[in-house]
Order: sequence, then structure tokens, then C-alpha cells
Amino acid sequence: MNIIIVGGGKFVYFVAKNFQSKGHQVTIINKSLDECTWLSRKLKGIVVHGDGTDPVILKDAKASQMDAILAVTPHDQDNLIICQIAQLNFQISKTLAYVNDPDNEEIFRKLGITAAFSTTHMISNVIEQRTAYDDIVGLSSVAGGKVNVTELIISKDFPVCDKRLDEIQLSDNGLIACIIRDDKQIIPHGTTILKEGDNIILISLPENHGEIIKTLMGDSV
Amino acid sequence: METNQKSLYIIIIGCGRLGSLLANMLSKEGHSTVIIDNNIHSFDALNSTEFSGFQIEGDATELSVLKEAKIDKADILIGATHDDNINIMIGQIAKRVFTVPNVLIRILDQNKEPLLQKIDIKYVCTTTEIASKIIELI
Repeated sequence: MNIIIVGGGKFVYFVAKNFQSKGHQVTIINKSLDECTWLSRKLKGIVVHGDGTDPVILKDAKASQMDAILAVTPHDQDNLIICQIAQLNFQISKTLAYVNDPDNEEIFRKLGITAAFSTTHMISNVIEQRTAYDDIVGLSSVAGGKVNVTELIISKDFPVCDKRLDEIQLSDNGLIACIIRDDKQIIPHGTTILKEGDNIILISLPENHGEIIKTLMGDSV
Repeated sequence: METNQKSLYIIIIGCGRLGSLLANMLSKEGHSTVIIDNNIHSFDALNSTEFSGFQIEGDATELSVLKEAKIDKADILIGATHDDNINIMIGQIAKRVFTVPNVLIRILDQNKEPLLQKIDIKYVCTTTEIASKIIELI
């Protein structure tokens, strides 16, 4: 996949490096000449110096040959305009924008952006969940907050410990999708038994999330 | 603007030279005018004998600030900040999310004109306008 990333800082560097390691072609657009020099020394991809909200700069970055654009400048308005120019002038179908104001996640989607994400939202979600339940080691929401993916470790005082999955009455909107046991990943069946120390990946909907967690963790919650 | 005497509810974003001038003129004509700027000192440009509207100190790219200005009730929204992208973003929010009937923005960069035509937001590009005016006067 060919991806343009507009923005700067360590975040852009690590994201670009990650994409490259997965075999994607990355082009970065950055306003600061110093940062461009630094990025071009550290990364293999093309680095374009300029304002990503300027159609001329997007053209320089060969935007019409790209599959996706990721706009992660510090300003919501710039990220919106970058994505819209990419979409309307250069026919890039996948547009992703970082937003500061969590309210803009929904607004940007209404304005045609594929996905808008706010770290405010993600971090507060994680903190809320982590401080509420110690055994939950990871929580993220996907599909624009419509689905939760929770990672939790089975402890021996959970009611579901040593039970077969088909004996556990989870609500309809919950699924134990994967178990990590002794560093091996298992895609579970009804006959799989949950053991102490299992790291499970749970898919749930936000409205049932609390109820499902309670079923799994019992009164230790 | 049609000069029928009905009082309109107008929100102006940005209280610089253009925003404050518009606010003074429209308020004097009897329209309910709200002006938003994130720097309280910008409001010094408002003329107290002409402007009798409301001032909101806040960042208009924050949805809660637009809601505080009762954007859902506005007849007209004018984007007049010095930042084209802010004007374009707020213009779209006003038109597409809050269905404000009349949205108009000012831009400086003529390279953004094709985008505005595609997203169908009414605009005035002062650079283009002034250039043609100058050529006309030569």
C-alpha cells in the first residue's frame, strides 16, 4: 500500500517505520525543514517539505498514486482539509485524521473522512477501564467506538476459571475470540477450558461491556 | 444580502479587521450578531456605538463553543478568521451538521478555491478579488 503521512514528531517517525516494516511505501509531508532532514536521514521513504493543506504540495508528494492518507498535524482543521483535498482532488479513498476535540470524531465522519481518532478519547477510555479493573490489561475501541476489544487475565477467583467455554453464559454481544496461554495463541472452541493465567481477548459492544466483564470476573469486580 | 428589514441571527467567527467590520455593520443594521474570537483583546476592534451584539471568547474549532453560540439557530454564519482551514472547517460544520441556511467564508489562498467549489461552500477569496480589482484599475 502507498501511504502519505502528514505531520511531525516522533509519532510520525514511529508510525512510518512501522508501516515500512510491514512492506508499505510511505511518503511524509512536514512543514519544518529541520524535521524533514531528520526524517529523511532516519527513514527510507520520500519526505516532502511543505504545507500538507496546500494542493500543490500534495501533488508533489504524488498524492494521486496513493491508497491512503494519514493526517496527524496538531490542528484539527488542517487534518480535515488535508483529507478532503486528498479525497476530492486526488481520489485517495482511505482518509484518516487525528483530532484533538473528541466531538470532531463524529463531525469528521459526517464530512466524509474515513476515520477520525482522538487520543483524548482513547486515553480516557483506557484509564477509566484500567483503574476500574486491575485484571484488564488492555482495552481499545474499534469501528469508531462501536466495538470494544478487551484483553484480560483470568485469575483463579473468577467464576469462569476452570470452566468450559460452552458452560459460560456470555451475553449475545460478547465473544472470547482468542486465548494466549504460555505465549501460544489459541482460537477457542466450546470445549476449551479457561485456565488461571490465560490472557483472553474479548470482543464486546460498549452497551454490554460491563455486564460481560461481570460474568467473567464475578464479584472481584 | 437582501435588505428586507427582518432581523437575522448572525454568527461571525474571527474578530480581526474583516470580522469586526462586518460585526459593526450588521449589528448596526439591526441584526442579532454574535462574534467569536479566542483572543479577548480582539474585541477592542468592535465599535460600541455600532455593535450591540454578543462576544464569545473561545476557540471556534471546538464544537462546544459553536454550540454555546447557538449555531443551530443561526440564519447566517460568516467565517472570517485569518486561517483559511479554520474557516473551511467551520463553514462545513455549519452547513452540513447544523444546516445553517446561509454560510459564507473568506479565504486568502486561491489554491483552495477548487476544494471549496467541490464541497459547495460559498466563499470570497480576497486575493483573487483584489487582484482582479487592481488589474481593472490599472
